Amino acid sequence: NLLCASCAALTAVLPGFFLKGFSVLGSHLTWLCVCSVCVGSLNVILHLVLKPNQSPKRSSFSHKISRFLKCCIYFFMSCILFHAIIVLYGAPLIESVTETFLFAVLLSTFTTLQCLCMLGPNIQAWIRVFSKNGAMSIWESSLQITSICSILGAWFGAFPIPLDWDRPWQVWPISCSLGATFGYVAGLIIAPLWIHWNRKQVTYKSR
Amino acid sequence: TFIDVGSNFATYAIQEDNLLAQLVQNGRRVVFMGDDTWEGLFPKKFFRSYFFPSFNVKDLHTVDDGILQHLYPTVDSGEWDVLIAHFLGVDHCGHKHGPDHPEMAKKLTQMNEMLRSLVDHLGNDTLLLVAGDHGMTETGDHGGDSEKEVNAALFVYSRTPLFGSGPPEEPETIPQVNLVPTVALLLGVPIPYSNIGEVMAELFSGDGDAVSAALQQLSVYHINAKQVDRFLHSYSLVAQDLPAEQLQRLQELFSGAVEEHTQLLAQVQGATLVPLELESRLGSLISHFQRYLREARAVCTQSWARFHSLRMVGGCVLIAASCLLCYVASELAASSDSFYRSCLLYPLLWGLMGAILLGLAHVFTQEGLDLLLGGRLTVPESPKQQLLGFSSYRREIWYLLCLVAMLLLCVRLSGFFHQCREEIPQCRPSLFLSPLASLRSTRAKNLFYLLCVALLVGLVYAVRSWLRHYGNLNSSDPLVLFVRWGFPLVALCITCYWAVASSADDSLGKLQELVQVAVVAFPWAVYGLTSMGLLLLLCNPMTVFAKDTRESAGSIVTPYLGVPGSEVDFLHVIPQIYKRMQESQKSRLERGSSRATVAAYGLGSVYSAALVIALTLLGFLLMLLHSERLSFAFLLLFLEAFVLLHIHSCARGLAGDAEPFSVPWYAVISWLLAASQFFYSTGHQPIFPAIHWNAAFVGFHLDHSTNLLPAVLVGANTFASHILFAVGCPLLLLWPFVCEMPNSQRKKPKKESREELQEVQEHMMEMRLRESPEKFSTALLQLGLKYLFVLGTQLLACVCAAMILRRHLMVWKVFAPKFLFESLGFVVSSICLLLGISLVMRVDCAVSAWFSQLRLR
Repeated sequence: NLLCASCAALTAVLPGFFLKGFSVLGSHLTWLCVCSVCVGSLNVILHLVLKPNQSPKRSSFSHKISRFLKCCIYFFMSCILFHAIIVLYGAPLIESVTETFLFAVLLSTFTTLQCLCMLGPNIQAWIRVFSKNGAMSIWESSLQITSICSILGAWFGAFPIPLDWDRPWQVWPISCSLGATFGYVAGLIIAPLWIHWNRKQVTYKSR
Repeated sequence: TFIDVGSNFATYAIQEDNLLAQLVQNGRRVVFMGDDTWEGLFPKKFFRSYFFPSFNVKDLHTVDDGILQHLYPTVDSGEWDVLIAHFLGVDHCGHKHGPDHPEMAKKLTQMNEMLRSLVDHLGNDTLLLVAGDHGMTETGDHGGDSEKEVNAALFVYSRTPLFGSGPPEEPETIPQVNLVPTVALLLGVPIPYSNIGEVMAELFSGDGDAVSAALQQLSVYHINAKQVDRFLHSYSLVAQDLPAEQLQRLQELFSGAVEEHTQLLAQVQGATLVPLELESRLGSLISHFQRYLREARAVCTQSWARFHSLRMVGGCVLIAASCLLCYVASELAASSDSFYRSCLLYPLLWGLMGAILLGLAHVFTQEGLDLLLGGRLTVPESPKQQLLGFSSYRREIWYLLCLVAMLLLCVRLSGFFHQCREEIPQCRPSLFLSPLASLRSTRAKNLFYLLCVALLVGLVYAVRSWLRHYGNLNSSDPLVLFVRWGFPLVALCITCYWAVASSADDSLGKLQELVQVAVVAFPWAVYGLTSMGLLLLLCNPMTVFAKDTRESAGSIVTPYLGVPGSEVDFLHVIPQIYKRMQESQKSRLERGSSRATVAAYGLGSVYSAALVIALTLLGFLLMLLHSERLSFAFLLLFLEAFVLLHIHSCARGLAGDAEPFSVPWYAVISWLLAASQFFYSTGHQPIFPAIHWNAAFVGFHLDHSTNLLPAVLVGANTFASHILFAVGCPLLLLWPFVCEMPNSQRKKPKKESREELQEVQEHMMEMRLRESPEKFSTALLQLGLKYLFVLGTQLLACVCAAMILRRHLMVWKVFAPKFLFESLGFVVSSICLLLGISLVMRVDCAVSAWFSQLRLR
């Protein structure tokens, strides 16, 4: 399975990023930047190389440009949206805005960017993929799984923050971003397994 | 009186007789340096004091360095009789690093140095006592009952020799309580009243020969024994927990010893004894006294310092069993269609409730143990969990998304109203908690006041327009009149009360008397009006306006189709109409050509209208009891409840009508989570200092004659959100029915024939509930049981936490109060749930009566 291979590659590459940002706890902001940039660029490259959903009609250059711009705008909007949601979920409103925003960027790299790569700026398709039983192909179901896993991971990452252990990693937003990253990696691992497991069903549906 | 209760709970000062109080009373100069906890325990007792912040366990040096800075100058100055230096570094070091850490070695060396140089500063008549109040485990913690934790070293030093002979090879173990009588008698002050310790005889031997030393010890023992006997005697008069026969035995022992003592003294004075015999008799008498003191202490420890683990487990099992029963019953109720089975369940349910309470009372009175559950920290988080439940319903419904966002916003905003626990030093209590009267700037005060008033008006307006939308405001029943005119009146009274209460005391001058009357009168007006409203609600809960129309058989236009105006008007302006097709058919059968049609306005939402009215009245009442600015929190509460209900009914609509009469678990759980969230968001914490005692004096100028009324007021204040949410619980069942109406109506085109319309609308909204009365009552019962089950599970978790952590250091500060609050909240919620359900039943009865009346016509 092609997907399995790419996922394995991804998961193998990710620890490299951990080392790159000198120490995850010490310079967390740089790590956030580096991680989201790396994952994002990797996603884009993979998308360009693999071209999972070849659109049937050849689109013109200007169309491609507008598509790209649209994607950028969507990505930015999703960052803002994530920021708002995180604040609603209890992040400090005024203090540490940069941390919160970078965390939002990380989250949207894990979720929105993937969607943009796979589905393009097409809200209808997004809604279809993320509604119940909406995933039609292996790509889409893996997308579903990784996105949900990273958001869940971020949410679980918030649990240790209120505890009074006074560990360095309990500071906002370190545990959350670590949780999101672990969730993302877990999603990447789970997705091929799950697809392998339910292969029959998926192939049936995609027909 | 009640205010005393408040002040007692609010400070931790030790009120009973103690060593420090005795020393101060007898004019001794007590100097203290170290841990600032002592300031709270013994306020204003010290001749001179140097307090240092102690709460931060990570801080190893502040307290110790502070003491060391002041210790030697103070010792040398000689301006003291007792000097207490409480070093904290070793304890903190144990908590932070454990006993085998290099830091600990440093700390211990520092202490050693301190002692070494301190000894050089001591005078000849000074006694140095170095004691630890506890030991530590391998990990550096304490609070349990293991050997390592309860044993600590005691070091006694004096420049003059203390022991006649050399010190014993194997040091003996001395109970900590022995320090008190020893120090008290050494300093020549009375032993504190409730002491049960025994003096350390070795310190009283003096420097004379053996006989005089023994005589001195004997007199010390005598004083000590007399004090313990007095205490036991007066204690046994008040409390019965010491076994009578043991007391009797102690009494005999004591009187025997005293008798022997007097005899011996007489003989000593008469000098009729040879020294050798005297010595032996003195020795036996001393051991006699010793035995008495030790046995007395043993009796006391046995009956005081114990946990009834069997009873605790029993209580837990009882609660767990009742929870399980609730669960089983709710499942059972779902599966059974027969009404009589649910009839059977009712007594079962309340019997079981009684059992739960009994179990609770048992667990609580015996050991008063308690809980944590992470209190305030888990609660802000938990509402988020409920959102997960909705994710599967999230189709492209923006409406639902908006509602969820609103809910999140409510949850987030409600965080601004939190009170603080003292365990979190960097926390600042919300400024909304203080009453308006405490605000300095007049502008801010006016602004907030206007906002509060606007909010009240908005609430009244919202409720009224909701009722009008559903057509419940049309009839001329007393209740409806009350809603129309009484609500604004209540709001007016509250605003007046706020105005009077928050105005500055001195600004009014001559009007002072008037103000005092007003402060009492307005709350009473509110009490009166709300109770009147509730009474009216109970007497006549119908908010239905019936219009009786008789038409000829040939008439094609039915009354409600005859209403002019567009469909839009029909939906929004004109009240919803419910038509009783059955009635008309029946009357057609009976009367042949002429037929009667009854148009009833607002019948579709009778049940929820009654509940909403009751909730609003209660909300007014509770708002009055809180400080002015907390009304924002109440607005959020109502808003969040509203949003929750809408989300619930939306999700219901999306899921399809699988099981219209049962409320899903996620709805019940989120409802309950919201209840506990708003417990915190109305400025409460499960600790005693956080109780709003002011609530007891709303509407009462002076002290109360009984304690019952203020207790009710303070209880209502504390459990406001529990009350509101429990009473509103039946709304969870009713709301989907109320909400489905607009949808179903919108779908019906106007042009459909009359007959069809009537067919479709025959059982709409809540009237669908009447379709199958037994299903309705089972659903109600099931809802109640589900709610109880979730509540009970919460309580069970509290009880278990308290039980497991009963040896925890913070048990009386965190776990015990939480358990108490939780169980009280449980009781309040259950009662209110019962009231809410019975209100619905009452409405149901009234509706049936109304129908039968109609049928007779």
